[in-house]
Amino acid sequence: MLISSTDNTNEDGVDILANNLDSEPMLELFVFETFELISQLENIILNNEEANSIGIQINEVFRIVHTIKGSAAMMNFNSIVSLSHSLEDVFYHIRENQPENVDYSTLVDVVLRSLDFLKNEVNAIQIGSNLDNDVSIIVQEINEFLSLLKNENGLQKPKAVSTDFNMQKNNEVPEVTGENHFKALIFFEDGCEMENIRAFTLMHNLEKVANVISYCPKDIIEDQETIEIIRSNGFEIQFRTDLCIDNVKTLLSNTLFMKDIKLETISPIKNKHSSEENDNTGRDNNQITVKQSMISVNISKLDILMDLVGELVIMQDMVIQNPELEGLALNSFNKASRQLQKVTNEIQDAVMSIRMVPLSATFQRMHRIVRDMGKKLDKDVKLEFIGEETEVDKNIIEHLSDPLIHLVRNAVDHGIESPEEREKKGKSRSGKITLEARNEGGDVWIIVRDDGKGLDRENILQKAKKQGLLKKPENELTDREIYSYIFLPGFSTKKEVDEFSGRGVGMDVVNKNIEEVGGTVRVDSSMEIGTTITIKIPLTLAIIDGMKVRVGKSIYVIPITSIKESFKAQESTVIKDEANKSEMMMIRGDCCPILRLHEFFKVQPDTTNLEEGIIIVVENESRVMCLFADELMGEQQVVVKAMPGYIKKVNGISGCAVMGSGDISLIMDVSRLLNIS
Amino acid sequence: MAEIPEESLQLVEDTQKGKFLTFSVGKEMYAIEIKFVTEIIGIQPITEVPELPEYIKGIINLRGKIIPVMDVRIRFIKKPVEYNDRTCVIVIEVKDISIGLIVDNVSEVLSIADVDIVPPPDMNKEAENKYIKAIGKVGKEVKLILDCERLINNNDAQAISKIA
Repeated sequence: MLISSTDNTNEDGVDILANNLDSEPMLELFVFETFELISQLENIILNNEEANSIGIQINEVFRIVHTIKGSAAMMNFNSIVSLSHSLEDVFYHIRENQPENVDYSTLVDVVLRSLDFLKNEVNAIQIGSNLDNDVSIIVQEINEFLSLLKNENGLQKPKAVSTDFNMQKNNEVPEVTGENHFKALIFFEDGCEMENIRAFTLMHNLEKVANVISYCPKDIIEDQETIEIIRSNGFEIQFRTDLCIDNVKTLLSNTLFMKDIKLETISPIKNKHSSEENDNTGRDNNQITVKQSMISVNISKLDILMDLVGELVIMQDMVIQNPELEGLALNSFNKASRQLQKVTNEIQDAVMSIRMVPLSATFQRMHRIVRDMGKKLDKDVKLEFIGEETEVDKNIIEHLSDPLIHLVRNAVDHGIESPEEREKKGKSRSGKITLEARNEGGDVWIIVRDDGKGLDRENILQKAKKQGLLKKPENELTDREIYSYIFLPGFSTKKEVDEFSGRGVGMDVVNKNIEEVGGTVRVDSSMEIGTTITIKIPLTLAIIDGMKVRVGKSIYVIPITSIKESFKAQESTVIKDEANKSEMMMIRGDCCPILRLHEFFKVQPDTTNLEEGIIIVVENESRVMCLFADELMGEQQVVVKAMPGYIKKVNGISGCAVMGSGDISLIMDVSRLLNIS
Repeated sequence: MAEIPEESLQLVEDTQKGKFLTFSVGKEMYAIEIKFVTEIIGIQPITEVPELPEYIKGIINLRGKIIPVMDVRIRFIKKPVEYNDRTCVIVIEVKDISIGLIVDNVSEVLSIADVDIVPPPDMNKEAENKYIKAIGKVGKEVKLILDCERLINNNDAQAISKIA
């Protein structure tokens, strides 16, 4: 949950918000919170689709819709208010009257469409464009659905019932808990408008920490006349809470547009029945404590913190490896510096862990895609998650969601067959897509697996041949090499372009996005059993363990994880291919190409004699290569910095790192090096 | 809060207007508008980066920020010289791109009135000419006013990005 401090918002707050969008913290908060709520609601709705009823989660749904409405009203976004209001009507009807035959899938459709509308609106708010979408169409749709629902169940209840749900709610919780009993009389600032909604928001906030016993005037949401009452008499609210009077006072005085508050204590009696709370309240309370221990921080602040930690690591090296210390006997200095190193490492880990976000939110979004596509294509697809709690750096997550969407869409569209076809093949009618995430060393593996028809090896091969992509004789290509053609731009085995695929863009996007964060994609497939796509990405991009190698005057950093071994070469093991001017080396029976770094980077080396320098064997996936450099300079943790924008991308270089001496080294991009050769 | 009233912003603009930083490369004196200049530093150890045009000498570490450096001499197709303690790097920022310019030496900040600034002569098609925005007259001397945006956003730079 967000901690909002809004005490310095002035009277024209709302107007400023509406006009000056990017700089206003309240608005940022609103956008963030509303997005959260929308996705929460979407998940609840989708998760319950199978059960065909919302069941006990109706209260949660109701709460979410209501919160959206309340905060939108506060920010003056009328289209959102009216839409969420009609949604609320529907859920209210379901909760109160519990109609027996609800067409759940229509309900889901309607709700999802409204949520899409809300998303668009909030997006528009975020980028500061005008909210000119017409809300009335969708509102009408919801109302039609509602009246249909009412008619079908013969429960045309008069509206009077719906107005006093607040009272009912209070009656539901006769066992009020909390040590202290307070009565508060609240006055809002003159001319702040919508006093009733503000009062309701206040009460809603209060409900998180207290049990509201009664309030006056009643029916604040439904009855517009209460505005006048609140204006003249104030808003009176009685509640019990465990908080002491000071806490309550600060809490309440944080309310927007609060002019005056009178808070009095009513007979502080010990409540011995607090243990008798019903299960529901207990669960609610638990949830609340979890939420309140969270704080949301702007990502740019974290980036700054990350940069500072990077600087700290560099500075620490500057001090500890200072050349002036060389040759001195420094026992206590060494001891202290080791401790310093330990602490900085811990700080580094802590900062990293702040930036780590579980993948579950990204995975959850796929539910919607699978559902929508399944409906359109008439396919029955189940989505399963494994290890969605795996955490990945925030920056990487942003690059992951697009590729995942494409992969899941492909799996539904190309992979999974129609139910009839599946039955013919002796498979279960519904297909299954599994999203799996797990940690593997310094990497995170994300696996998208389907049990569909698998990739058509021949088809891909033919298509690749037609486009002139084959570089090797056909019979030398491994399955994996053939499958990797699907990642090339413009490559699609589909004959016609439709709504979902066929232009051959998707897989290219996957590859580009994953490469950008230093990851790799691998495809495995077998006919009629399914396709598995494995994405391997580094846990974090910011700090890596590197090996420094020197070529002439330049120092390069190779990520430790890609180094297999290093040794002095013997002339006898080197094979020269005079025709191609390439060199190879036999290592324990395997033949690896040699890349002379001084030739590749065009720098002046100390030596060109293979026996005098050093050979570093690097690998990624299945490919292995020998790099030839002058010497190894030792291992070091380096802070990865991007190359300046002006230079853009350089072949074989993934970024640069500032060394302890203040010099810059270039970090080699091993997977790219392997692909070049 | 970094809220600067509008008048003072205007003031900053005003104090920078008509001011130029002058420096020499070879025999010529050049000038750039002061608003582009971030700072001036001595020559620093430069890390070479492969695949770049000759005039981009590499990258330097400016207090944790990594910026590319351009040798103006080579850019203007003059003979390269060894760097010495007079050699300076002028760090400029144009359109959010920071870049260091390696020049022979920096001389002073000058005010050149608008009336003393004339467009460059249209007589030749020398490569050098395309980076000269105007010519400033100061006393009997002439300063060549550089077009920073062209210096950075030119076809060559785009060509680099295409290679990569």
